[in-house]
Amino acid sequence: MNYALTDEQAMIQKMMKEFADEEVAPGAEQRDKDKAFPLEIFKKLGKLGIMGLPFPEQYGGGGADTISFAIAVEELSRACGSTGITYSAHVSLGGAPLYLFGTEEQKEKYLVPICTGESFGAFGLTEPNAGSDAGGTQTTAKLEGDQWVINGSKCYITNASYAKHLALTAITGNEHGKKEISAIIVPTDAKGFTVIDNYEKLGLHSSNTTELVIDGVTVPKENLLGKQGEGFKQFLITLDGGRIGIGAMAVGIAQAAYDRALAYANERKQFGSTLSKFQAIQFKLADMAMKIELARNMVYKAAWLKDQGKKFSKEAAMAKLYASESCMQICSEAVQIHGGYGYMRDYQVERFFRDAKLTEIGEGTSEVQRMVIAREIGC
Amino acid sequence: MNLFVILKRTFDTEEKISIANGAIAHDSAEYIINPYDEYAIEEAITLRDTHGGEVTVVTVGTEESEKELRTALAMGADKAVLIDAEELDHSDQFTTAAILATYFKEQEFDLILGGNVAIDNGTGQVGPRLAELLDIPQVTTITKLEINGTDVKIERDVEGDVEKIETSLPLLVTAQQGLNEPRYPSLPGIMKAKKKPLETLELDDLDIDEDDVEAKTKTIEVYLPAKKEAGKILSGELNDQVKELVSLLRSEAKVI
Repeated sequence: MNYALTDEQAMIQKMMKEFADEEVAPGAEQRDKDKAFPLEIFKKLGKLGIMGLPFPEQYGGGGADTISFAIAVEELSRACGSTGITYSAHVSLGGAPLYLFGTEEQKEKYLVPICTGESFGAFGLTEPNAGSDAGGTQTTAKLEGDQWVINGSKCYITNASYAKHLALTAITGNEHGKKEISAIIVPTDAKGFTVIDNYEKLGLHSSNTTELVIDGVTVPKENLLGKQGEGFKQFLITLDGGRIGIGAMAVGIAQAAYDRALAYANERKQFGSTLSKFQAIQFKLADMAMKIELARNMVYKAAWLKDQGKKFSKEAAMAKLYASESCMQICSEAVQIHGGYGYMRDYQVERFFRDAKLTEIGEGTSEVQRMVIAREIGC
Repeated sequence: MNLFVILKRTFDTEEKISIANGAIAHDSAEYIINPYDEYAIEEAITLRDTHGGEVTVVTVGTEESEKELRTALAMGADKAVLIDAEELDHSDQFTTAAILATYFKEQEFDLILGGNVAIDNGTGQVGPRLAELLDIPQVTTITKLEINGTDVKIERDVEGDVEKIETSLPLLVTAQQGLNEPRYPSLPGIMKAKKKPLETLELDDLDIDEDDVEAKTKTIEVYLPAKKEAGKILSGELNDQVKELVSLLRSEAKVI
């Protein structure tokens, strides 16, 4: 048992903390208002070698581990949830499936630009009638000669406007009445491929969330990612890793909300003393501190299991579920401690509160996490 | 070019600092590279990238200082040297400068860079003392540095004004804010830092006798600044306010 970060992890944490405080936090509120994608920040992160953090150096990655990835996501999210989710999706949904299931040629061609930051990473899974229930998938890919011809649509796809290519899931066959789902890599500038960026969201305003329309898009046969018919299995594995990212994002937002609430409670005077002297407020803050500590430990544990090459589905689901629900509670209490000020934009906890909700939904809702855990414990 | 940076591990004055038994409580403080030394590291790396050569970072400290040296290596320095002075009970600017001088007398160096001041004790003495002991020119609080062969052109900050100086290598300079913008360590830099050489020297290795570097000063007391009380806002007619201000400055603040 050893709870200490390695030297590298500690250095990455320190660097990301400074970067987040100095480069990400200052414009976060304004970007949220303007719905401005943090492109400049990601250029800087690219130069620092962070965009390909957990992937091997031979593909332009940083060769760091999953714990370091969780640390990076947490620190970015503490400053700006939109930046955090963009980065998390870039690595764990965009890069990871290519790294896990791609051929050597595919990794050279598609993973390298993701690692260098030349392209953002994205993953086309969710459809109007299918998310965690892949059975509802309606997008189809038919092999015609040496070409896949793809038709359908996707929704809520993170980063697609800034991705040069992405993997998407489609029905590639039908065996015994069961849909065969595969993943195929599609360049976003392909003829018939449209990215629509006009969702109106509750929060995470400066992250890029898009709809994809795929109308007779043709790609070469070799763009199949992994094995034909294993798209469902592959995306379950991909999402396991992604949940560590969302868990870390939830810890980051929760930490930001707690930091603000604690500082405010120590400053704000009512009835002759600071709020932090009232036991009602103390207990709220104590609970917040405890939940953040527990959530972060669980995120680290899931990441550690992944780094050890051990099974981590259950722990990733637990980490994501606990961290996201705690994050929502903590943000709600942070607004409460701020009172009327908390409901206003100026104090930022309002933004954290809006951003937090996504963590209970994205990459599997809390209910789906409970399904995963239930399945893992033998229900 | 042989570039050396002398750096200090110091507590972060932006984080909470508490005092226990007449000293800064180590476990509650956050430690960092002295921010002024970061300018020195950045300048050294930039100079190496332009002129070639090697950057060595040196600190007098304890085993803990390894962290800060590794960070400097992650930023891009080539080698690190830790002079472990843990055995010394008391040390001051004289001690540090004397130890560094002993080390540098055995080195070939063109330029030694340091921070203009450390944010903990804030004396700004180690750099100038070291230059004196090595008998080389020194320029403090520099904001611009240009090297051409052995000729050096420097701009330094003199209480807000700029002084232009021409000198030559070998030389010691101390960095002022404005010299450059220190880089973040890159991820490849962090991953490579552990593989770069970090040499640890004991005082014995440098043939230093503890008595010869004994501190010249004694710390009598360490205390935190008085807590800032809430200010007072005066109101009323301007003339009355001025009168009240003067009387308060005299009777309450006792500054006039």
